[in-house]
Amino acid sequence: MKFQDEFRDRALIRIMADNIAQMARHLESPVNFMEVCGTHTMSIYQYGIRSLLPDNVRLISGPGCPVCVTPVGYVDKAIACCRDPLAIVTTFGDLLRVPGSHSSLMEERARGGDIRIVYSPLDGVALAQKHPERRVIFLGVGFETTTPAVAAAILQAAALGLTNFQVLASHRTIPIPMELLTADPELGLSGYLCPAHVSTVIGGNAYKPLAEKYQIPCVVTGFEPADVMQGIEMLLKQILGGEHRVEIQYRRAVTWEGNGTAREIMARVFEPSDTAWRGLGILPGTGLAIRPGYAAYDAERVLSLTVPEGIENPACRCGEVLKGKLSPLDCPLFDTVCTPETAIGACMVSSEGTCAAAYKYGR
Amino acid sequence: MCLGVPMKIVSKDGDTVMAEVDGVQREASTALLGEEVTVGDYIIVHAGFAISRLDEEYAEETLRLMREVFSEGDMA
Ligand code: SF4
Repeated sequence: MKFQDEFRDRALIRIMADNIAQMARHLESPVNFMEVCGTHTMSIYQYGIRSLLPDNVRLISGPGCPVCVTPVGYVDKAIACCRDPLAIVTTFGDLLRVPGSHSSLMEERARGGDIRIVYSPLDGVALAQKHPERRVIFLGVGFETTTPAVAAAILQAAALGLTNFQVLASHRTIPIPMELLTADPELGLSGYLCPAHVSTVIGGNAYKPLAEKYQIPCVVTGFEPADVMQGIEMLLKQILGGEHRVEIQYRRAVTWEGNGTAREIMARVFEPSDTAWRGLGILPGTGLAIRPGYAAYDAERVLSLTVPEGIENPACRCGEVLKGKLSPLDCPLFDTVCTPETAIGACMVSSEGTCAAAYKYGR
Repeated sequence: MCLGVPMKIVSKDGDTVMAEVDGVQREASTALLGEEVTVGDYIIVHAGFAISRLDEEYAEETLRLMREVFSEGDMA
C-alpha cells in the first residue's frame, strides 16, 4: 500500500521517540493519554509504542472496541434471534465468540443456528433478497464508522421493498463517553488520541466541545506507528504550551467537517437514544436507535425480543479495562484462565479488544 | 471492527467501485461518500462502503512534517 512503508519507517519512528523523550523532560508531572479506538489499541501493542515512550508519558486504552462495549444483554438477544429456525443471522466475525449469559453465537452455530459472517450489511440485504422465505437479521454493532453503512443497508432494503431484513441495532457514539472519562479524577487524563476512522465521519469539529469544556488537548490520529508517535508529539507540544485544542494529525483522511453525506444517511434512519455500555452503564444520548419510521427493519420491534437481564461473568474485569482503570496484565485471569481460545470476556475475544492486544503482542 | 482499509480504486461502475490492496480486490459502494472519486484514487473502505478519500497531498505533507522532526532530532 502506498505510504504504508513510509509511515512504518523504523528510523523515523526511533527519532520521533527521541524527540518525545526530550519534550517529556520539560513536563512538570506525568501525562496520561487515552486512545478510544480499537485500531489504535492494536497498533500501539503491535508496534510496541509504549516501550518507545519515557515513563512520564503513559498510554491508556479506553472504550474503543465496539464489540467490547456491547453489553451481554445484546448477545443474549442475538442468540434469541438465531433460535428461530427461519432466521439467518448475519454478523461481522468479531461477535461470534463473545460470551452471552449462557451461550455464544459460536455455540449456537454448532447447535445448528444459521449464523453467517458477512463483510458488509449489504450482504445481509442480498441474502434477504435471495431467500424470501427466510428472515435475515443483521447484527448492527459499532460506532459512527459502521452506523452509516447499516443505515444505507436499511434504506436499500426499503427501496427493494423487502420485509424479511431486520437489524438488531446496538450502535453508539463516542464523544459523550469521552467526556465522562475526562471528568473522572481517578483516571487523570491529560489528552486524547482521537479515533481515526470514526473521525472520517464525525470530523475533527466533533471534539471541540470536549476540548473546550474540559480544557483537554485532542489530536485526531492515524493508526500507523508514525501517525501514533506524531499524535503523541502533538499532544505533548500542546501540554507544554498550555494549550487545549483539537488538532488533526490524520489529515490525509479526516477533515474538520467529516463526511456530511454519511452523517445525513445515518440521521435519516437512526436517532439518539439511551444505551448501555459494558463497564460504563446506561449513558443517556450515546446510542443510535432505529427511528420509528423504519420500525419494519428493527429486529427488536418486529420480533418483540425480551430476554432476562444479562449475566456477566463476575470474575471478568472487562468493565475496568474498558474504562482504562485496569491493565489486562493485572486481571488475575489474564493468560491463566482467559486466553483468546478460552475467552472469559469480550475484551479478550474481539480482535481489537485490549486484552486480546495485550495477549497477542504485549507480554 | 472499525477497521478501515486504505485501498486503490481500480475500476468504477456508477456508485460501485472495485478497490484493491495487496492484490486483493473488493467491491465498495460510494453511496456514503460526499465527493466524486475516480480510478487511481485511494479510499478508506469499511464494511463494503468507502467512507473517506485519502488525500495524497496531505499524506505527503504529514510525512514532510514528520521528517522535519527527523532533522531536528539529528541536530540534537
Ligand atoms: S483478561 Fe479476560 S477475564 Fe480478564 S478482563 Fe480481560 S477478558 Fe475479562
